[in-house]
Amino acid sequence: MDYATLLQMLDTTLRLATPLLFACLAGLYSERAGVFDIGLEGKMLMAAMCAGSVAYLTGSVWLGMLAAIGGSLIFALAHGLASITFRGNQLISGVALNFVASGITVLVALALFDQGGRTPPLEGGARMAEITLPLAETLRGVPVLGPFYADVVSGHPILVYVGLLMVPATWWLLFRTRFGLRLRAVGENPASVDTAGVSVKRLRFAAVLIAGVLCGLAGAYMATGLQAGFGREMTAGRGYIALAALIFAKWRPWHALWACLLFGFFQSLALRPDVLANIGLKIPVPALDALPYVLTVIVLAGLVGKAIPPRAGGEPYVKER
Amino acid sequence: MTLTQTLLGAAATLALTSAMVSAEPAVIYDLGGKFDKSFNEAAYNGAKKWAEETGGTFKELEMQSEAQREQALRQLAESGANPVVTTGFGMSDPIAAVAPDYPDTKFVTIDGWVDPATNPNVLSIGFAEHEGSYLVGMLAAMASKTGTVGFIGGMDIPLIRKFGCGYAQGVMAAKPDAKVVLNMTGTTPAAWNDPVKGAELTKAQKGQGADVIFAAAGGTGIGVLQAAADEGILSIGVDSNQNHLHPGKVLTSMLKRVDVAVYNSFKAGEALETAPQALDLKSEGVGYAMDDNNAALITPEMKAAVDAAAEKIKSGELVVHDYMSDNTCPAATF
Repeated sequence: MDYATLLQMLDTTLRLATPLLFACLAGLYSERAGVFDIGLEGKMLMAAMCAGSVAYLTGSVWLGMLAAIGGSLIFALAHGLASITFRGNQLISGVALNFVASGITVLVALALFDQGGRTPPLEGGARMAEITLPLAETLRGVPVLGPFYADVVSGHPILVYVGLLMVPATWWLLFRTRFGLRLRAVGENPASVDTAGVSVKRLRFAAVLIAGVLCGLAGAYMATGLQAGFGREMTAGRGYIALAALIFAKWRPWHALWACLLFGFFQSLALRPDVLANIGLKIPVPALDALPYVLTVIVLAGLVGKAIPPRAGGEPYVKER
Repeated sequence: MTLTQTLLGAAATLALTSAMVSAEPAVIYDLGGKFDKSFNEAAYNGAKKWAEETGGTFKELEMQSEAQREQALRQLAESGANPVVTTGFGMSDPIAAVAPDYPDTKFVTIDGWVDPATNPNVLSIGFAEHEGSYLVGMLAAMASKTGTVGFIGGMDIPLIRKFGCGYAQGVMAAKPDAKVVLNMTGTTPAAWNDPVKGAELTKAQKGQGADVIFAAAGGTGIGVLQAAADEGILSIGVDSNQNHLHPGKVLTSMLKRVDVAVYNSFKAGEALETAPQALDLKSEGVGYAMDDNNAALITPEMKAAVDAAAEKIKSGELVVHDYMSDNTCPAATF
C-alpha cells in the first residue's frame, strides 16, 4: 500500500466517521445524564429527511440544516417527554422513535415529492460545499505532512470540522463546568443532585435536547454533505454503530473520537478489499463490516478494561420512592 | 344542467366498464421501492403503460420487509387480482408456497425461478443480463482513458455477479489489458438502499484509477451516479434508462426491459401462458440506452463496435458466459 492510497483511505475515514462522531457525542450527553438513547438512528434519519427536503425547497443548505436540527429536536422532546416526564422505559421509547422515523420520513418525502420516499437531488447552494483550508495548496510540497494536510485534513464540508471541535468542547463542558458536573452527577446519583436543590428533570432534558441538536447535525451532514439528498433508510444502521462506539469509548469524549475514527477506518477498509489483498490478508468484507460490533462485545465482556455505564442510566428518577 | 348530465353519464359509463373488466392485475414491487429510478420503477412504468392504453386499473403493493412477502401475495390473490406480477428474486420462494393455494390465479416472478412442473400457474421471467452487461462493458472499456473500469453491485447474490461477470467479459473483449475493479455494497437487502456507501465505493474505485463505473445496485446506484458526476468520471446506469439523472455524465444504461415483461403479463391477463421466458438481446429484453443525454459520449466507432458484437450475440456466434450457469466467471473473480 502506497502513501497516496493511505491518504485516500484516511480521507474516507474522516468523511465516514463524522456522522458516527456526532451521533456518538449525542449519545454521550444523553447517557451521561442517565437517559439511554437507542433512538439516535431515528433522530438522524428524521434530520436527514428534513435537511434534504428543506434544502431542496429553499435552495439553501443552511435552512436545511436548521430544519434538520428542528426535526431531530422534536424527536428528542418526544423521547424526553416519554422517558423523563412520564418516566417511561427509555429503551422502548427509543426503539419506538426509530420505527416512527423509519415510516414518517418516507411518508413525508413521498407526500412532498412523490419520488418514492426520496428527496430530489440537490444542486449548488443546497449542498454543503467542501472547504479548502488555508495554505492547503502551498503546503502540499512539504514531504509527508503536506499531502496529509491537503488531502485528508482539508477539503471537507464545514460540519466535519464542527464535529471535530465538538470533542474538546464536550470534554470542557462535561468536565470543566458546573453544568457538566451536575449533568454527570445526574447520571450517577440523581438523588444527590436533587438534594442539592437542582432540578433533575431540567438537567436531563437539557442533555436530551443537546443530543437532539447533535443528531440533527449528523443527519444534515449525511443528506447535504455526504449525499445530495435524502433516501429512505439512508442512515443504514449508523446510529447503532455510534452506540457501539460510545460503549467502546466507555462514555468519554476523547475516546469517542478515537472509537469513531477507528470504526470509520474499518468502513473505509471494507471499501478497499484490494488493499488487504495486496498485503496478503484475505478477510471477507462482511467480516470487516461486523468488526465494530465484535469489538464492542469484547469490551463489554470486560476483556479490555471495564466498561461501566453511568450508574443511574436507564432509570427514570422518582422523588421520594 | 347538461354538464351535470354529461358528468353523470360519464361516471355511469365508467362504473359499467370497470364492472365489465375482468379481474384487475396486480404488481408487487420489491424492497428497493417503487420509485427507485431503476428496476422497480421499470415495472411501474410497464404497468402504467398498460393502464394508459387499456384504461384499466391495477393494484400495487410495495414491500417494506422480507416478512411481508407471503402475506402480500395472499392478500392480492384473495382480493381477486389476476395475474399477480412480482419483481425481485426474493419472491420466488413465497410464490412457490402460496401458488398451490390459489390454482386459478396466475403469478409472475420477474428475476425469480419457480418450477412450472410443480406450479403450473406460475410464470418465471428471466433476463439475459450478462448479454446487456457485456455490451455496456465494451462501451466502458472504450470510453475509459485510464484503462481501469469499475463495477459496483448491490447485494452480493448470484444474479448481481451475473451482471458483473458479463460486464467484465465485455471490458476484456474491447480492451484485453484493462483492469476491472469489482465491489459489492453488502450482503443484506439494506445494500439496495445505501447511497452513502455507494458514493464512497465510487470514490474508492476512482482512487484505484477507475474512470467509468457500472452500478447494478438499485437505490444504492443513485449515490454511485451522483458521486461519479461530482468526481468528474463516467457512470453507467442499470435497468431503467438513467442517462437523464446526470446528463452528459452517465455513459449509458444497461436496459433490462422489466417494463415490457410487466406490460406483456398484464396484457395477457388471466390467459397468461406460464412457459418460462428468458428475455435476451435477441428478443430485446436487454440492451443499452442511447438518447440525447449521452449522444456526445459515445462515438460512432464505439457504437459500431458494440452493435457488431450485439449482432454476433443475437446470431449465436458469440456466447457470453452466464455466471449463474456454473457459478464461475472467466473474466473476473468475486
